Amino acid sequence: MILMWKKSLSTMNRRLVLLAAFLMGAVYFLPLWYISLAAPQYPEGLGMYIWINKLSGGTPYDLQNINLLNHYVGMDEIVSSSIPELLYMPYVLVYMIFGAAVTFFLPKLYMIAFGIINLGLVAVAGMADFWRWEYNYGHHLNPEAPIIVPGMAYQPPLLGCKQMLNIDACSMPHTGAVILLAVFGILVYIVWTERKAYLAEQVQNG
Amino acid sequence: MVKLNTVFIPLLMALVSLGCGKKGGSGAVLASNAAQKVYVAPGEKDEVYAFMSGGFNGQIGVYGIPSARLLKILPVFSLHSENSYGYDEETKDMLLTSKGYVTWDDSHHPEISLTGGNHDGRWLFINGNNTPRIARIDLTTFETKEIIEIPNTAGNHASPFLTENTEYAMSATRFSIPIPQRDIAIDEMGKGKFNGSISMIKIDPKDGRMSVELQMLAPAFSYDLSRCGKGPSHDWCFFSTYNTEQAYQMLEVGASKNDKDYIMAFNWVKAKACKDAGKAKDFPGVYYNNYLPENLPAVATKMSGVKLLDPKDCPGVAYYMPTPKSPHGADVDPTGEYIVGGGKLATVLPVHSFSKLLKAVEDKANYTGEVMGIPILKYESTLAGEVKKPCLGPLHTEFDNNGFAYTSCFVSSEVVKWKVESREVVQHLPAFYSIGHLSVVGGDNKKPYGKYLIALNKITKDRFLPVGMELPQSAQLYDISGSTAELLSDFTTVGEPHYAQMIPASVIKDKTKKIFPLEENKHPYAARSEKEAKITRNGKDVHINMTSIRSHFKPDTVEVKKGDMLYFHVTNLEQDYDIPHGFAVYGSTQPNLLIMPGQTKTLKWEAKEVGVFPFYCTDFCSALHQEMQQYIRVTP
Repeated sequence: MILMWKKSLSTMNRRLVLLAAFLMGAVYFLPLWYISLAAPQYPEGLGMYIWINKLSGGTPYDLQNINLLNHYVGMDEIVSSSIPELLYMPYVLVYMIFGAAVTFFLPKLYMIAFGIINLGLVAVAGMADFWRWEYNYGHHLNPEAPIIVPGMAYQPPLLGCKQMLNIDACSMPHTGAVILLAVFGILVYIVWTERKAYLAEQVQNG
Repeated sequence: MVKLNTVFIPLLMALVSLGCGKKGGSGAVLASNAAQKVYVAPGEKDEVYAFMSGGFNGQIGVYGIPSARLLKILPVFSLHSENSYGYDEETKDMLLTSKGYVTWDDSHHPEISLTGGNHDGRWLFINGNNTPRIARIDLTTFETKEIIEIPNTAGNHASPFLTENTEYAMSATRFSIPIPQRDIAIDEMGKGKFNGSISMIKIDPKDGRMSVELQMLAPAFSYDLSRCGKGPSHDWCFFSTYNTEQAYQMLEVGASKNDKDYIMAFNWVKAKACKDAGKAKDFPGVYYNNYLPENLPAVATKMSGVKLLDPKDCPGVAYYMPTPKSPHGADVDPTGEYIVGGGKLATVLPVHSFSKLLKAVEDKANYTGEVMGIPILKYESTLAGEVKKPCLGPLHTEFDNNGFAYTSCFVSSEVVKWKVESREVVQHLPAFYSIGHLSVVGGDNKKPYGKYLIALNKITKDRFLPVGMELPQSAQLYDISGSTAELLSDFTTVGEPHYAQMIPASVIKDKTKKIFPLEENKHPYAARSEKEAKITRNGKDVHINMTSIRSHFKPDTVEVKKGDMLYFHVTNLEQDYDIPHGFAVYGSTQPNLLIMPGQTKTLKWEAKEVGVFPFYCTDFCSALHQEMQQYIRVTP
């Protein structure tokens, strides 16, 4: 079985590796996640995009308006510069794209396995980190805030919707995350086809 | 005796129509159908904007149609204490004129800017009649952005009528005066010592800025209303006249003697060509042009001198088309071929033909006289035909998208619907009471939108609950989409709307601005963030660059000395739609400020006495609005 991982990739799968590299490149230009807030006074809604390297509002002013609302309950101000992960996450992606490039020139199946492990780790660590930030924002409240509701925390959901006071907050993956999932899928597909080919070869060779 | 009869019969008929039309004429079945047509469900929006002049309130009322809900009072020529328009340091110079700060006017005719003869929804123009001015409102912010005073003019009534692509706004005098002003015995009015004038106000196609291109002297008649041509008649504007008798007292009799007055056909392209050929002379005339740049204090510029054209020096620039009798409207149909005169004392509705006018001026046999070098043409030579016995006191005509015209009739208190081509009356619609102008959606356009008609009535009487002696003005909304028009509703209006224009909401609503972006705020005293909030002293003047945001002001407290003059320049840091902040100071003689998101506005406050004085937010902004209150300390 070890031998299988040393197998070279088919031309088709080499091309898929290249495709995966390009797709990951696109993630620099697309938001990963979207958090929307709806309230009776905000019929048009407020929104926040999470990118690989920054946060932005659904409109140029949404972030300021979310912070204005949050300050009533004593939440910290949400600004890109206070989240160091946004500084090094782009380099993690560079590393992944570099890995894909290396794989293109060193088309061995074990490289794909590394890719799957790396991507999986990044996803798990990223989601855990995201949850940690949400937890901190939601629980780290200024004791001098104008509005204090006993026992109330304002942690937004990781995935799905949640009602907090008058605000209905929804958290959903956006294009960037979908692309990363697709890249993961491509890698799994490569392993699956290569394994099939390897097994067929084994049978032939008897 | 003949004279008396013509006055009496209409009056009698008016009384009869007041008497029997009382119910408002819709049965229960019709009424329920009408109710559906004006019902705009909660959260839904109206289909049409109506801009109604405020008449003696000097402002504009903005309504949603068909619900007839008042959306806004838009301040133009008059002080507006609600938001400090005309009081605050930013807008007060908008009302500066050669006669000083004139903080009121009589606003009559809102005109939406045109492209290709159709409303484009960029700007709204309106005249000030009493102190001759034209204002331009930007329809992305619904703010008065520019006011230009018109020199050598009295009674800016036939104004501001726009040419087909808003090249010019026309303005003509209702009151003739000595031009230039000088001491002349009033009884010499008819002896050529008085004049009227026609002004061409140039509109910059990019930014809408207004300037006086040219003025033309005109005989001392009263110029009443106007419309400019479209399509084939693009180069021309048409002005109705009354008091061609040039009476100067008891006009009600003196100005009603002539069987026919005139509609002046004015070739503005030729007038401009004559100016370019050097035929206009330099002439005195002091006037102001006041401009409100985005989110900056108004810039008032005193101007001096105009180019004045004598019609004698520019043959063919104008012709008089005789029109019975003291005409009010001079309205051009969608094709640009017909000019309908609303002779308010006439028993017919004359329809002039533009193509006949062009032919008539070629043949000198059609000239029956001339005034100041302006030929008077034979009535029949330009006439397409008359609408016979339309009503009593026809005033003003607009058009729909199906080839029909609608004429308001003051004396018989009705709207008549008639077919433009055949000039047959097809329907009489009662109005309650004594309609002045009417308005159809896009009713002066090349392609009218039609569907709704509003009657702007002058007399209210018993239509609403009594509220003392001064009643709201009454308006009626009609559905004109079907083969027979139908009365839908009565509604009250503010001030006295003379004329209104209506435009489909879809043309304007998505272009309206929601906030002023802070990064574009170039106000010299803006504080674009709380870090920029500061107090600077310059002798006795204290400038406070203040910020407001939900729910506090910065700086926290202000300390000054008795006798200081404080300028509170308050910047609203919000960048959220519909979050204005207000600002009021105890003892302020200036009304409160209403500051839009991203905007800077200034309130001037003199520290007259020692003590501690609160200031606060007057526009309910947030859950902690009530807490938005702080103090000024005045020390000896």
